[in-house]
Amino acid sequence: MEKHIIEPTNPRRDFLKTAAIGVAIASCGSALCSCNKSNSNSEDQVVLLSPEGELVTVDSSALKAANKSHCVSGEASRKGIPGKKFVMVVDLARCKNAQKCQESCDKNHHTQYPKEYLKVLKMQDNPSASPYWQPTMCFHCDEPPCVKVCPVDATFKRDDGLVLIDNDRCIGCRFCMAACPYSQRVFNWGEPEKIESEITCKSPEKSGVNTTMGTVEKCDFCPDMVREGQMPHCVSACPNGVFYFGDENEDAVSNGEDTVRLSKLLADRAGYRAMEDLGTKPRLYYLPPVNRLFPFEDAAETEEDHSAN
Amino acid sequence: MDINKVQSNEQIEKDLMPRAFGPYGKLWVVFLLFIGGIGLYYYVQQLRHGLVVTGLRDYTTWGIYIANFVFFVAISLVGSLMSAVLKLTNVKWRTPLTRISEMIAVAAIMFAGLIIIVDMGRPDRFLNVIFHARIQSPITWDVIVITTYLFISMLLLYLPLLPDLAIMRDRFKTIPKWQQKMYAFMANNWKGTSEQHKILNKSVMLLSVMIIPVAFGIHTVTSWLFATTLRPGWDSTNFGPYFISGAFMVGAGAVIATMFVFRKFYGLHKYITLDHFDKMGRLLVLLSLVYLYFNVNEYFVPAYKMKGSESAHLKELFTGAYAPLFWSVQIGGMLIPIIVLLFKKGRTPLIMFVISIMVIVGAWFKRFLIVIPTLHHPYFPMDQAPEAWSHYTPTFAEWCITGGSLAGALLIVTFLVRYFPIIPVEETIEEQKGGTNELNIERGYQPQIEKI
Repeated sequence: MEKHIIEPTNPRRDFLKTAAIGVAIASCGSALCSCNKSNSNSEDQVVLLSPEGELVTVDSSALKAANKSHCVSGEASRKGIPGKKFVMVVDLARCKNAQKCQESCDKNHHTQYPKEYLKVLKMQDNPSASPYWQPTMCFHCDEPPCVKVCPVDATFKRDDGLVLIDNDRCIGCRFCMAACPYSQRVFNWGEPEKIESEITCKSPEKSGVNTTMGTVEKCDFCPDMVREGQMPHCVSACPNGVFYFGDENEDAVSNGEDTVRLSKLLADRAGYRAMEDLGTKPRLYYLPPVNRLFPFEDAAETEEDHSAN
Repeated sequence: MDINKVQSNEQIEKDLMPRAFGPYGKLWVVFLLFIGGIGLYYYVQQLRHGLVVTGLRDYTTWGIYIANFVFFVAISLVGSLMSAVLKLTNVKWRTPLTRISEMIAVAAIMFAGLIIIVDMGRPDRFLNVIFHARIQSPITWDVIVITTYLFISMLLLYLPLLPDLAIMRDRFKTIPKWQQKMYAFMANNWKGTSEQHKILNKSVMLLSVMIIPVAFGIHTVTSWLFATTLRPGWDSTNFGPYFISGAFMVGAGAVIATMFVFRKFYGLHKYITLDHFDKMGRLLVLLSLVYLYFNVNEYFVPAYKMKGSESAHLKELFTGAYAPLFWSVQIGGMLIPIIVLLFKKGRTPLIMFVISIMVIVGAWFKRFLIVIPTLHHPYFPMDQAPEAWSHYTPTFAEWCITGGSLAGALLIVTFLVRYFPIIPVEETIEEQKGGTNELNIERGYQPQIEKI
């Protein structure tokens, strides 16, 4: 599988790679970019993915090194990326609990067990059904119960669909944690370990960087990566292409390997959202664990069978 | 008033005016200060290290602080019960019990506010609740109604105190200067003219009417902190009346406990009579029966259906880890009190004191059972979390802080009793005269009804 992924066979992947390289050049000097990789590949013409989602071809000489990475804070971070409506699709048939998503998420958000934004849960819908692995994170609901109950507007819903947290405003009442039926919010119970990072940006778009005692955190769909034209960390880390991320307005999602029509994918594969009956309207869809790529194996061999849903 | 023998005014004043602490009183204050001090010490630790000093973690994000908060809000409803509901229904025997009820109410609601700040991860950002207030959050509603309730309760404590403050200002000549000044300041030029009485009566009547919806408001909104979520065990339309009926019940229990204690230590047998105990006992039975009714609705109906998401929660309460606590609380804190107090022999001071303590302790742990077990049954499995997170054991620090808040509330009651008459003096004197003053005329706008 690993090998299959690395091979750049898909045109979309090439495009993404090029785009990533392009933006990486554009934001060279950024702490996040992988400049060392891209330098050797730079050519005269560079294809860029603009923040508006358009493809632009520019001469590499026209590119200037940006002197900072995307640090969007204040009011702008509450508005969202214009014209976007982010959506994620998680293909449960491909997940074998490799936990690369979790590791990458932990690394890039400076979190560690047991405070994690992404958890791969062992699910079993009924006693006769085979258990399956379910990568679970904030669903960025369109009717977010957490946002509804926040007394201070510390957690908010953006136009681009994301639900984020302003850790400089959160009062730590934990009402949002009680309200979230998916238990996807985590709390800084004690003084968090100081992270060694050159990123000083304080932004709701950089969860985990501005980690503050007594406040709530959760998955943010990595808007800082998205602004740079890259995929959220879990998407790019997954060796099996479980995660599709994209824009509902464009009706396209990609797992970094295949780019597909969102509507067709959901229609063909019977995509569903967790606990639809709660009315939260998640922005994360699951594809049911049928015709699986891997047999279910639980390394931990936990004796308990958890029923869910 | 059922005072067997008509007392002289001087005798009444002598009996009811506040007194310096005796040896027991001093010991009690030292004890409360000690408990409160330990609580304060651990709260400083919590401020320094964060909520990590508690037994709370992700999943079980609310614990005994929130249970204690609900308890305090519940207790505070007693003020509106005794001074508003019984006033408007023209119940005469309430007179000696109104002030102590208001004192409990004010102390409880103050500490309800404090304990909620203790539960906050960032108490330093408390003012965000005002500066960034969002009206759709039940917490904002709670801030609004609790503040309103605190102010109305303080007024309902203060205004009827005016005539007594004037008496103390005029009679107490041997007390320290600061105390004299305090009484003079607080009496606010009260002379007892009929004009003043008229304004006072009108104000108290208005406040009594106002406080009832606000009292329902504080506890209904408090129940909505849970009922507005989607979690099994909290997702109940029954929660508002369930909380309110429980609050009135524990409030009546608190009045019985305090009237027993003060009657004994202040020798108020002439003013708080056996008849008062009998009537409070009946009232408690009535309130407990209402609470029992809402309990049946709250547990029987979901248990009959055993909906998937609810069943884990209900089974844990009925037969699981929380079953011993659940049944102790339901039987000891509700059923036994109802049965015992149904009998006349049960409605005697000492038995009622024991029963009221059972009701109060039961009520506290009932709030624990409402808040915590639900959090152990999220929709998604918890197997990724550390094993310890599927239980909740409050830490020593947490118990100390909670105990400190209870001690603090009792300390406020104790000091209010130390400096202000626990039984309305002027009202007692006037009532003994046979209802000639305007207070009684005002109250007599309704036809006289029989004592219940």
